[in-house]
Amino acid sequence: MFEAYQLPPPPVVLDAAVALWRRGLLQQDVIATVLRVAEGFAIGSLVAVVLGTATGLSRRTEEVFEPTLQALRAVPTLAWAPLLLLWLGIDEAPKVTLVAIGAFFPVYVNLVAGIKNVDRKLVDVARVFDLRALEIARRVVLPASLPSLLTGLRLGATQAWLFVVVAEFFGASHGLGFRLTDSLQSTRVDLMLVALVCLAVLGKLTDGAIRAIEHRSLRWRDTIGAGQTA
Amino acid sequence: MSRALVVSELRKRYGDLPVIGGLDLDVAPSEIVAVVGPSGCGKSTLLRLAAGLDTHYKGEIFVGDEKVCGPHPAVGLVFQEPRLFPWLDVERNVAFGLRERGGARSRELVAAALEAVELTQFAHALPKQLSGGMAQRVALARALVTEPQVLLLDEPFSSLDAFTRMRLQDHLLAAWTRYRPTLLLVTHDLDEAVYLADRVVLLGERPGRAIDVIPVAPPRPRDRRDPTLAALRVALLEALHLERDARLATA
Repeated sequence: MFEAYQLPPPPVVLDAAVALWRRGLLQQDVIATVLRVAEGFAIGSLVAVVLGTATGLSRRTEEVFEPTLQALRAVPTLAWAPLLLLWLGIDEAPKVTLVAIGAFFPVYVNLVAGIKNVDRKLVDVARVFDLRALEIARRVVLPASLPSLLTGLRLGATQAWLFVVVAEFFGASHGLGFRLTDSLQSTRVDLMLVALVCLAVLGKLTDGAIRAIEHRSLRWRDTIGAGQTA
Repeated sequence: MSRALVVSELRKRYGDLPVIGGLDLDVAPSEIVAVVGPSGCGKSTLLRLAAGLDTHYKGEIFVGDEKVCGPHPAVGLVFQEPRLFPWLDVERNVAFGLRERGGARSRELVAAALEAVELTQFAHALPKQLSGGMAQRVALARALVTEPQVLLLDEPFSSLDAFTRMRLQDHLLAAWTRYRPTLLLVTHDLDEAVYLADRVVLLGERPGRAIDVIPVAPPRPRDRRDPTLAALRVALLEALHLERDARLATA
């Protein structure tokens, strides 16, 4: 079906990985990409949590930010790449920013939806105890929307991995995305596959980690999924 | 006579629909008053207003000497459903309304409230592990732990089966004996009304107002088989039917 140069067999890919490792390049690529994802994801989801909490809880903040955010959301996120390159130069800043934008929206959208869906009946319980709005937010609304937030974080992490690859297509000198484009130029399919496998493993690890947090912190949920890792 | 809860000339409408039309009610400290009436007569609305959840009404509601104009620490409310916070265990749910949580004093209060509803050994269970009756007992403990002067109960046992309901009525009485709050209990269960209350207030069809007040004389503990209670139940039924027939006749 495929020629060996199009789809090299696993031993060849493994050899390529070992060779890349010996030259110190594989480690360098993985570390560069992981750092960009970590930074971008941390920044993007942090901003999303702050802004999402504010717009979810306060109608006034919602009126200020929501139209702008909806407009920004209408832009396919990857279309930001050239503009960011122009604005922020070709070093780390545009890459991390792109990852942050990618992580931001799923986290934001899910958190706001979660807050809006909190059962008014639970809020009434807190109101009877004469709790102030901020305390109701902290002790009722936020815990109740935690499941949505965690769903958002998982989606955000997936987006972050997607976006880091694209970010590294443009003007990176290392990173797994760079390895992909670089191998394209030298038609080294074996190296491409090494990069792809690395991305798959890292993506899966991230998802597994967030899922573990989800499992631990949502033990109270009485749903079909509760108590399962699926 | 000092009064724990006074409602006078209370009127409430939702848009064009009058729900409560001039309701007067006077409840003494530690008295148990049951409110019964046809559905839609504003029973639950009365409790929401008294709890301060809704402050748009005409007339006056006083708790002790204070006019109700918002939620008040002296007033507790138990809803029809337990409404426990699913992410908190039983103990933390009960402690929810306490100003200071986590200290030795709060632990004592919570332990006492759990003991009052006989749920001490479930202190660390999550709400999803409780049966409906147990969950409602936790809700009762959560409302009592802050030692409100007035506890409002909105058909608290209506979603439970008959046996659980009877047990919970006794739990409520036991807790009342310990905390001695004024109880205002909305119910559609006439047996429950005559078993628990010192007085039963009958509300008429919407817009609700008190059409009759029936004192329940037998001292506690009462026997559910007491023929006096059965007779009172009949009297209540008749009063409710008379009211409806009178309405139909004038309509």
